Amino acid sequence: MAAKIRKLIVEVDETRIEAGRAVDPPTRKALAMAVIENPYAGRFGDNFAENLDELIAIGEELGGLLGDKCVQALGIAPGAAQSYGKAAIVGEAGELEHAAAILHPKLGAPLRKAVEKGAALVPSAKKRGGLGTAIDVPLGHKDAAFVRSHFDAMEARVSDAPRANEIVVAVVVTDSGRPLPRIGGLQASEIKGEDGLR
Amino acid sequence: MNLDMITIRRIVTHVEDIHHEFGPPAGTPLRRGAIAAVLTNPFAGRYVSEIVPMMDALQPVGIEMAQRLRAAMDVPVERIESYGKGAIVGAAGELEHGALWHVPGGYAMRELLGWKGDRNAYAQGKGSAPSAQPASQPGNALAIVPSTKKVGGPGAALDVPLTHINAAYVRSHFDAMEVRVPGAPAADEIVFILVMSTGARVHARVGGLKAADIAQWNGLR
Repeated sequence: MAAKIRKLIVEVDETRIEAGRAVDPPTRKALAMAVIENPYAGRFGDNFAENLDELIAIGEELGGLLGDKCVQALGIAPGAAQSYGKAAIVGEAGELEHAAAILHPKLGAPLRKAVEKGAALVPSAKKRGGLGTAIDVPLGHKDAAFVRSHFDAMEARVSDAPRANEIVVAVVVTDSGRPLPRIGGLQASEIKGEDGLR
Repeated sequence: MNLDMITIRRIVTHVEDIHHEFGPPAGTPLRRGAIAAVLTNPFAGRYVSEIVPMMDALQPVGIEMAQRLRAAMDVPVERIESYGKGAIVGAAGELEHGALWHVPGGYAMRELLGWKGDRNAYAQGKGSAPSAQPASQPGNALAIVPSTKKVGGPGAALDVPLTHINAAYVRSHFDAMEVRVPGAPAADEIVFILVMSTGARVHARVGGLKAADIAQWNGLR
């Protein structure tokens, strides 16, 4: 295991009523976060790291681990996942590019395996932050990015992380869209799910 | 029991594994869990003197939450070593509405963890095991369930205390979990919270009463 994990956190957010109306079945969003050591922390100036391969490998490992944790927490078959997103918060001894190395090159493939398919781009967010910094993880339908009912976000935050030399890596998987979607656009029932867009 | 008082809008569970805190990694990571239920506050916006009926109505809510939290933590009840509870009351409510959680929240976890006391006695503050029991353990979940409460806006964070389920003075198990629900409580809502953990702080080393040395079985030592 490449990732040095200090904490692993799984949350499930279930909405049964929104604006006084029953949401049936309830919408459910699962968030899995790993607090990891940043192997490139403090690499500034003459010590600048050109190559971020260690973080790329960690991203691949966490895509599967966190994706599986989300699906397991929802108690659904992988194929029943509907939307997903990812994000990272880099502690102050790291740089934004460290988050990019985790999120973009290799995290997606094992995450898609965890949710069975996933033709669409995995929407993402990143920032540098301190202890308790919150990040809103963007969400989009896993097979068709234009499904309007599934544009959403889930707030992720760890009260005691990231320390300066840590990174918080977050993955969200849902089994639903927003609680009361009614602004039109492409419906989940209408998608082809081939090009990742519609 | 007035179930009309209970409207659950949202439920959030949170489970974390703590492998280390920059010391030696634990052989078995510490697992801590929290569950927060967002309920409509039936007393919001006005002063209601008779609020106690909601305490009864919250009883099944508490039991369901305790069971659900245990399931989310995915450990047998025997592994739960500490607990706590809390409430965040939205802006149109008062702190006293949060106090409604003391009996049902505490009772629910004690029921789950094997304490078999009388619910009515517990409601009257007589639910603890009698003090000065013989050295043999009379039951589980003997200690008071520690708590915090506040009035707060959406996303307000509450530090919910944790202490050992059988002896409140076990120093290794003094802990707290920060719990918050993004977007809740709205002014007319209350967030009711339960927390449980599988053990001591991950690098506990400041002495005091150890869990292994509990001897009085009076909920304290």
